[in-house]
Amino acid sequence: MTIYNLYIFDRFGTCLYYHDWQRRKFSNLPKDEEQKLMYGMIFSIKSFVTRMSPTDSKDLFVNYRTNNYKLNYFETPTGLRIILNTDLNVAKCDDYLRSIYKIYVDCVVKNPLTKLGEPIENELFVNTLNTYIQNLPVYY
Amino acid sequence: MNSYISSVYLINKAGGLVYQRDNWVNEVEIEKTFGYPLGMVLKEVDDKVIVTFGEKDGVKVGYSLLSINGQITNGKLLADGTPILKHLNNESNFPVSLKFGKPRLSTNERIMLASMFHSLFAISCKLSPVEKSSGIEIMETNSFKLHCFQSITGVKFLVLTNTKVSNMDVFLKKMYEIYSDFALKNPFYSLEMPIRCDLFDNALQKLIEQTEKSLSHGQGVT
Repeated sequence: MTIYNLYIFDRFGTCLYYHDWQRRKFSNLPKDEEQKLMYGMIFSIKSFVTRMSPTDSKDLFVNYRTNNYKLNYFETPTGLRIILNTDLNVAKCDDYLRSIYKIYVDCVVKNPLTKLGEPIENELFVNTLNTYIQNLPVYY
Repeated sequence: MNSYISSVYLINKAGGLVYQRDNWVNEVEIEKTFGYPLGMVLKEVDDKVIVTFGEKDGVKVGYSLLSINGQITNGKLLADGTPILKHLNNESNFPVSLKFGKPRLSTNERIMLASMFHSLFAISCKLSPVEKSSGIEIMETNSFKLHCFQSITGVKFLVLTNTKVSNMDVFLKKMYEIYSDFALKNPFYSLEMPIRCDLFDNALQKLIEQTEKSLSHGQGVT
C-alpha cells in the first residue's frame, strides 16, 4: 500500500498545494500544466457523472480505479477539491481526505496571514500534512 | 429503482458511440399544481427549462420541466411560441399544473458523453503516478458505478450498475464476445459505425437479463 501524490485545488481551479511522496512516473509536462490537466479532468468527470447518472440523487464522484492506481476525490461545499492518488489496495480514503481537509482548516484557514486562493507556502501546514501522511498505516 | 444494470455503452476506438442501451424505465416524474409565486428558480439551460434553486414537493434541483397543464413542452418554448419562463412569470396564468422530471439524455448528448469518457480515459493514463497504467476501469460515485473494459483493438465496453455490484468483468467480456459474434461477423456491418443489428440486440438483452438474475441471487455481489 502506498500513497503516491496529493493535489489540493480551490473552487477556481488554482492548485493550492501539490506534493508527491512515492510517485514512480512523472508525466513529461511542466508541473503547472499537469495540475491544469488534473483539474480539467476532475471538472469534466463531475459533469460527466451528473449527466450519466441513472438516478436523481446528488451524484458525487468518489473515486476511480485503473489497473495500477486509484484516484480518490473529496470536495467540500465551498469547492475545495482534494485529490489523493494511492495504489489499489487502499480501500477507503474518506477519512484520510477529511483529515487532510481538517489540517487545511486548522493550519491555513485559521491563519490570518494567509491569502486565500494562492498556493500554500505555510510551513506549519506542509509539516503537519507530511507527518500525517507518513504516519498513516497505508503509507509504506 | 431496483435493477442492477442501468445502461450499457459501446465506444469505438475513435471515441464515437456505436451502441447504447438503457435497462431502466421507471423515471421519476412529478406532476403538481402550483400557485403564484412558484417558489423555485427556473433557468434555461441547453434548450431545457431546469430547476436551479429551491427544492420542494419532491422537485429537485436539476430536474427539467416536462409539461405544462398536460401539454408536453418542446425545449424552452410553449406550443404557441412564447417562452416558458415568460409564461410562468405572468400571474394570470396561475394556478398551473407542472410536471418535472430528470432531464432525458438526447442522442446527441449521449454521443458527447461517450467521447468525453474517451478523453477522460486517455487523461487518466497520462496523469498516472505509476508506470504502465491503463485507463479508468471502475469509476465510483455515491449513486452508481461505471465499469469499463477496453479490448486490445481499442473498443470500450461500458456498463453502469448500482453501487453494490463489485465486479462486472465477466459481463463485459461476454459483451465483447457478443460484439465479435453478432456485429463483426455481420457482412452488412461496416466497422466503426453504429450497430443496428437485431441479433446483437437480442443476445445482449439476454445477457443483461441473465446477469441481473445472477446478481440478485447474490453471486458477484460482495
